[in-house]
Amino acid sequence: MAKRIEVSDLNIYYGNFLAVEGVNVAIEPRSITALIGPSGCGKSTFLRSLNRMHEVLPGARVEGKVVMDGQDLYAADTDPVDVRRSIGMVFQRPNPFPTMSIYDNVIAGNRLNSKRMKKAEADEVVEKSLRGANLWAEVKDRLDRPGSGLSGGQQQRLCIARAIAVEPDVLLMDEPCSALDPISTLAIEDLMAELKERFTIVIVTHNMQQAARVSEQTGFFNLNGVGQPGRLIEFNPTEKIFSNPDEKATEDYISGRFG
Amino acid sequence: MSLETQSPVRAAEEPSGPIRHRRKLPRLAPLALYAAGVAVGALLSALTGFSLALTVFYGAVLGTLAVYAGSRAVEGRRKATDRLVTALVTTAFAVAMVPLVSLVYTVLDKGLARFDGQFFTNSMFRVVGEGGGAYHAILGTLIITALAAAISVPIGLLTSIYLVEYGSGRLKKSITFFVDVMTGIPSIVAGLFAFALFTLIFGNGIRLGVMGAVALSVLMIPVVVRSCEEVLKLVPNELREASYALGVPKWRTVVKVVLPTAIAGLGTGVTLAVARVVGETAPLLVTVGLITGTNLNPFDGRMATLPVFAYYQLTQPGVDAQAFLDRAWTAALLLIIIVMALNIVARLISRFFAPKTGH
Ligand SMILES: Nc1ncnc2c1ncn2[C@@H]1O[C@H](COP(=O)(O)OP(=O)(O)OP(=O)(O)O)[C@@H](O)[C@H]1O
Ligand SMILES: [Mg+2]
Repeated sequence: MAKRIEVSDLNIYYGNFLAVEGVNVAIEPRSITALIGPSGCGKSTFLRSLNRMHEVLPGARVEGKVVMDGQDLYAADTDPVDVRRSIGMVFQRPNPFPTMSIYDNVIAGNRLNSKRMKKAEADEVVEKSLRGANLWAEVKDRLDRPGSGLSGGQQQRLCIARAIAVEPDVLLMDEPCSALDPISTLAIEDLMAELKERFTIVIVTHNMQQAARVSEQTGFFNLNGVGQPGRLIEFNPTEKIFSNPDEKATEDYISGRFG
Repeated sequence: MSLETQSPVRAAEEPSGPIRHRRKLPRLAPLALYAAGVAVGALLSALTGFSLALTVFYGAVLGTLAVYAGSRAVEGRRKATDRLVTALVTTAFAVAMVPLVSLVYTVLDKGLARFDGQFFTNSMFRVVGEGGGAYHAILGTLIITALAAAISVPIGLLTSIYLVEYGSGRLKKSITFFVDVMTGIPSIVAGLFAFALFTLIFGNGIRLGVMGAVALSVLMIPVVVRSCEEVLKLVPNELREASYALGVPKWRTVVKVVLPTAIAGLGTGVTLAVARVVGETAPLLVTVGLITGTNLNPFDGRMATLPVFAYYQLTQPGVDAQAFLDRAWTAALLLIIIVMALNIVARLISRFFAPKTGH
């Protein structure tokens, strides 16, 4: 079940350092939202604050509101563990669990939470998730092999399979293709296009063509200078951002005239 | 730019640019020079009454100097320095090996005399001369060490988990500090601590196996904490984050992701910590004492342990002093074997539990 996320006046801190300031945005369900911007402007930081992964780091905290279908994710009585169960995440670098087989990696979300499952049910989840991540054909004969024995692109798709196996409402992806070859990248883009039927997807990317290819909405983050907080400069439909952006800074960045 | 490439004559001999062909010493030349060094060394030491140690010493010094000079003349400075440093490092290694080899040789030589079935099956009950064995001490050492491990491993492992996964600020800093201090505690102090503790509770003259286990734990806990902490730190943060992002609570992440990933290192660390305390003598001397018969109950009276057994065999021989001396050496040999076995076990653990990448 895809869900809508509304962010209002979000400030994100690392200790005393204000990394991202004043973000207001609405992320639509059943669509892909891309976040672009120069390095260090706070895209990853913002993404991680959407599923409360930000506060895992010591000293990291957040001010403001993130509301998903009416539920305040940062309310005092909201359990971050529940938030992360319904908002999955794929990281920039593939990180399969090295002690687990491919099979166990895919159903790690269930196994680690000690969810009781029948063998047949688990098999079904594994196959469905691996098919969903476009990896089934490549690994179906070696599900009991270690996940770390796969290639980088396969590992990333394994991580996507692992994330979608717990049926989240939203999927956050932080530069999921930055370590991949063009073929794997295309596979993952196709995959995202399929997944957006069922999930809300937010993707951070440095690849402008990718943002233009896959996303419906695009947000441009920027920062005014070193040590300044990053801001969401512009958030608009992707076509508009890439053809006729509202802000000069956006146009400069997209056309490569960036300082 | 070096001089050689600028000189026209050399340039003709050695054509292509910066990669020059060097002249090399013949492969057997260093060996021959060392052999010559040893020969001259033998002569030199014969002047002062022949001695093997002196011959080897002269040989090493003269051989190294000869190889250095020869290499310098033929191969140039860089290669000569390389040979010199190689010789120094090798010598340092050889010097370090001397005590080890000599120790193992001596213990084998003297310990094998009584390394027999009787040693493993008999106690010293009513033995005043030949015969007897260390059956009671072997079992005592195993029981007390196992008990010490049973106390130290949970405490040490949980402490290290706290330090790596949960701790922050003052508390973490002070725990780290006290663990460091504990690492340096002399073993006799640990023994006296356990002695004082149990004397306070049970009154004077108390001797129990478990007292020894407590004393050993005081020595073992900091070692376990330290090694487990290092191993847990090596678990990449990405794996923790991957687990959190799946909606797994922190404690489950620690139990099901961090510990299994680190299991090889943890097992190795614990095994080496056991090896560290298994040969401790002083703390057991004051807490467990010694008996000649077999007592397998660590909660009831004195027990025998291998190190203390060896100590008493050596210092308080009975009628047949040689028999006592032989048993002391065999006990020492057995201790070395146990420590070696533990090290091998540690290696096996790290081999078999290491995360597999296999294809
Ligand atoms: N763990 C951290 N502790 C302190 N500051 C951090 C931490 N991680 C990031 N920052 C700071 O927060 C700001 C935003 O970083 P962030 O990683 O979100 O950038 P980004 O937009 O994802 O960049 P990139 O495109 O290079 O991944 C940067 O100034 C960075 O130095
Ligand atoms: Mg980033």
